[in-house]
Parts: sequence; C-alpha cells; structure tokens
Amino acid sequence: MSEAQLKDLEEIFEQRIANDEKIEPKDWMPEKYRKTHIRQISQHAHSEIVGMLPEGNWITRAPSLRRKVALLAKVQDEAGHGLYLYSACETLGISRDELYDQLHSGKAKYSSIFNYPTITWADMGAIGWLVDGAAIINQVPLCNTSYGPYARAMIRVCKEESFHQRQGFEIMMSLCNGTEVQKQMAQDALNRWWWPSLMMLGPVDAESVHTEQSMKWKLKRKTNDELRQQFIDQTVPQADILGITVPDPDLKWNEETGHYDFGEIDWDEFWQVVKGHGPCNKERMNARVGAWEEGTWVRDAAMAYAEKQQNKKENQAKAV
Amino acid sequence: MKTNLYNYILELADNCLIGGQRLGELCGHGPSLETDIACTNISLDLFGQTRSYFQYAADIKGGDATEDSIAFLRYEREYKNVLLVEQPNRDFAYTIARQYLFDVFHLLLLEKLQFSQDMTLSAIAKKSIKEVSYHVRFSGDWVKRLGDGTEESHEKMQAAIDGLWTYTNELFEVTEEAKALAEQGIGVDVSKLKETYYQNVTSLLQEATLTVPESKYFQKGGKAGIHTEHMGYLLADMQYMQRAYPNMNW
Amino acid sequence: MEKNWPLWEIFVRSKNGLEHRHFGSLHAADAEMALENARDVYTRRSEGVSIWVVESKNITASNPENNGELFEPAQDKIYRHPTFYTLPDEIKHM
Repeated sequence: MSEAQLKDLEEIFEQRIANDEKIEPKDWMPEKYRKTHIRQISQHAHSEIVGMLPEGNWITRAPSLRRKVALLAKVQDEAGHGLYLYSACETLGISRDELYDQLHSGKAKYSSIFNYPTITWADMGAIGWLVDGAAIINQVPLCNTSYGPYARAMIRVCKEESFHQRQGFEIMMSLCNGTEVQKQMAQDALNRWWWPSLMMLGPVDAESVHTEQSMKWKLKRKTNDELRQQFIDQTVPQADILGITVPDPDLKWNEETGHYDFGEIDWDEFWQVVKGHGPCNKERMNARVGAWEEGTWVRDAAMAYAEKQQNKKENQAKAV
Repeated sequence: MKTNLYNYILELADNCLIGGQRLGELCGHGPSLETDIACTNISLDLFGQTRSYFQYAADIKGGDATEDSIAFLRYEREYKNVLLVEQPNRDFAYTIARQYLFDVFHLLLLEKLQFSQDMTLSAIAKKSIKEVSYHVRFSGDWVKRLGDGTEESHEKMQAAIDGLWTYTNELFEVTEEAKALAEQGIGVDVSKLKETYYQNVTSLLQEATLTVPESKYFQKGGKAGIHTEHMGYLLADMQYMQRAYPNMNW
Repeated sequence: MEKNWPLWEIFVRSKNGLEHRHFGSLHAADAEMALENARDVYTRRSEGVSIWVVESKNITASNPENNGELFEPAQDKIYRHPTFYTLPDEIKHM
C-alpha cells in the first residue's frame, strides 16, 4: 500500500469514528489504533484479575455469611469482567496467553491501586465504595467507545458493577453505625484508600501522554483531572453521610467553582507504585504467576483429554 | 427445643459450610479464569444452602441465635461436618477429588431428603438438588479430564483419590439424631445410600482410567466433632472477625 | 505441552421466543467444558434459557473489504420494501 493510500484509509477511518460509527474486529484499522486498544483493554483486563487478589484475601474471613456470599460474588464478577475484556482484546489478534505473558513478565501494567494491602475488613468496604466508585467514573463513558467489542464488554461490565459499589458502601455504613472500634476501622480504611483512589484516575492532564489521541478514539471522554474532580465532588458528601473524615486538610467546598478544592497528591508515591515498588507489587505478581504455572498441568490435561475424546469419536465414526 | 432436629440440621449444613469455605479459598488462584468462576459458583451454592439450613436451625434454637452465631461461634468440637470436606486444597486434583467424592453423596442424600416430612428440609432439598446435580457433573467431568488426561495429571488425580478415599466411608455413618429422625420420616438413613454411592463412583473412576482404592481402613469422627488437624486452622480463619470483635454487627 | 485451550463463541437465548444472540467468547478444552463455562460466565444473573457454543475457528466471516459488493447492491432494490408501493388513502391496513 502506498503512503497516499494509507493516508486515505486513515482519513476515512477517523471520519467513521467522528460519525459515531463503531469499528469491528475485521475492519481495517491503523496499526496504532490496534496497539493502543490492545494496551488499554488488556491493562483493564489485568486490573480486574489482579484486583481479585486483595479482596480474595478476605473471603475466608468475612464476618458474616451474608457478607461472605456478597464478597465471593463480587470477586467472581471481577473474574468474569476480566474474561469479557480478554475476549474483547483477543479480537484484535492477540491471544490470552500472550496477554498473560505480558502481565507476568511485567511488560503490561494494571491499576496500581491493587498493590496496596487489605489489612482490615473495612478495606472491603473502602475498596467497594472508593475504588469501584472511581472505576465506574472511568468506565461508564467507555460503553460508548469506538471499538465495538470493547464497548459491548463495557456495557456488560458496567451493568454488573453497579452492585459492587453499593456493597462497599453498605459495609462502610454498618461499620459507621457500629461500635467505636468499628468506626475507627472505617476511618482508618478511608485514610489509607483515599489518596490511592484519587491517583487511580490517572496522572494530571499536563503529564498524561495519551489523552488527545484517546479522546479522538473515544477511549476517553473527559480528562483525568475532570474525572478526578467528579469523583471528589460525589464522594465527599458520601463521607459526610457516613460521618467519617476525608484525610485532606485542604479539602473545602468552593462556592465560586461549584466544586471541592483539594490538596496536593503525592505523585512520587504514585510513580513508585507504578514502577513496581508498591507495598504488594511482588506478592500480586507472585500470586498470578504461581496460579498460572501451577495450573499448567491442569490445562494440559484438559486438552489431552479433549483430543482423546475427539479421536475416539472419529474412530467410532470410521468403524460405522 | 427439638434437639435432634437442630443437631441433624447442623450435620447437613456443616458439610456445605466447610466445603464452601474450602472452595472459597481458591478464588483467584485457580488454573484458569474459567475454572475460578465455576468453583466460585459452587462455593456460592453451598453457602446459600448453608444459610437456609442455619436460618431454620436458628428458628428452632430460638433466643438470639442467628445464622451467623451458628456458623461462626461454635467450638471446633461442635462442628459436625464429615472429615472429607475439611481436607485442604493440596492441588487442583485434591480439590476436584474432594468435591466429586462429596458431590455424589450430597446428591443421593438430597434426592431422599426432598421427601422429608419436614416441609422446610424438603424445600431446601428440592432447591439444592438442581445446584448439586450440576456440581456432580462439573466435578465428575474434571475427574475424567484429569484421570484420562496426561500422565502427570493421571498420577495426581490417582494420588488425590487414594488420599481422600479413607474419608468416604464416614459419609454413611448414621448418628443417633439421624436415626431417630429417619424413623419419623424426617431424616435420611444414609447407610442405605452406600451401595449406590460406591457403584456410581466406581464406574466414573473406571471411565477416568483410575484405580478404585482397595483399602478398607477408613477414618471417621467428623460427625461427632472430632476433626482432623486441618480444621482448627480453617476455623481460625473463618471465625477470626467474630472472635476478635465479639458482639458486633457487620 | 504448550497447547492452549481454544476460543469458543457463546450464543445465549435469553428466553423462549427470542433468538440466540452472540454474548461473547471464552476458552475451553472441549465443547462440554465450553457449555459449562458459558453457563457460569454468561448466565450468572439468569440471563439465559439455552446456550450454543461454537469453536471460533469454525465460523466463517465475510470480509469487510467486500462490503461494497456484498451489501450495497441491496440498497437500491427499494421495491423489496412495502413503502415502495402507493395505495389509496382509504385503505388503512395492508
């Protein structure tokens, strides 16, 4: 293909997206579009899978049967969401195994928030309330993104996700309506999860490298800073209802802007965790790699069995 | 209080509770995303059944008993689950073997329990049969895949069956409570399920190219609250919150 | 052995009277496992009453590059649509 032809195709392609047309797997697409989508969708899928670990940490210790089944169902949903997203990603011509390799080798990233430890039961509440809250803000606009399989996966994810945040908030409510010890537990969880949750919405706009292109392809509808502001504005009143304090002395309502002003985020911490030096990066990766490697013989057995059965069927057919 | 009935319900429910707890440990650590989702589903079914039984048991016990006080606040000697279900997830073959050896029994039991004169037990059984039929299918399919898969998987599956076989006979032990209730048409005489159980299991193991263990030495004690050493750790985990923060709502 | 579980496409009938619709895909070693996995992955919230699974490699798809010759010729065959035909106003239902 000549350069001029390529440019033509690209123009038509961009025009289709601008017209709100969806792109489907077999359609022609610029290499950069494919790569960007593989990166973003897989990163999203990895986040779901790694995200199972900090919450999975409390399944066996959930304090009541009701909480236990809700948490199990939630972690199971995350496996499901990872699966929907891996499938969407695979339509771009990359296999699940290659994607896992990228995760296990550290080449692919996942949401940094899951590199923080879950040390009390209240963390289950805080994750549902804050982390899922921030995730939903990120995800809802993606239901309308330009790549068809991703948009369809996100519609399913968002539909199922709505119980997750409520589940978390309800845990927080029970704690805040409980004993002094429980209230302290809730406050402590908010203290530890607040800032990482704000970081989850991505670096400040000035430092965000992909924003412009992502906006064009509808991978993004709002900038990181806009999303962060939206998250803070909707979450602070919820903390008030719970009766716990957001750990930011600079946080205050600004009549003029109609938004909350907030303090400086510690971006050094953010980059440290992104670069692999958070409190649990190594544990999370070891857990994933371990599960995958220990599962090899199981997956191999299933394939071997399937082939044997297939051969049996074919031989029977021949015999008849 | 109807002590017999209460104890009998615990006998039924504790298997679901402890089995569900064991499966729950695996969530996020299984050999594939798809199997993780499946095992979690089974765990959720078992906890659902547990809750129905315990809610009923709490009604019978009265006072301030709840499903949670029954689930979390007993001493180890008061749990009546069979030893089989408390065995740890040594590897995926052990998980599947434990599940399968229990599921076959569980289904046979429920198929009888659905005709219980006790309406609540009968209703729980009817609802559970559908879930457990699926469990048997799932675990049975996996026994075949691992048994008749690769050489390595065959060895592991055989080792798991050999390791857990000693816990199967206890499933058919009839406790005093169960005997009394079976006579009233409320409980199930599990000793009568034994023959069918071993027939079903034998035929599937053979299909899976596995050897049916010949050992006639069996372990028991779970139904009387005498558990294996694994149980204490399982309970320490499960009861942690309720023990560390007593008398709170979550 | 380094053989990966193949990809399967999952079609679910949400309720009787409706067609099976493509729901997504998943990995499984064989058809039986694909069905079981599909049940656990795609019908956790009672989304279905029937499931089809098809190994992805068995699906032949049209190529979007041929969309012109495949689909555009139908566009000017407007006589296939009822609105192509004029009827007197008095006729209400036809």
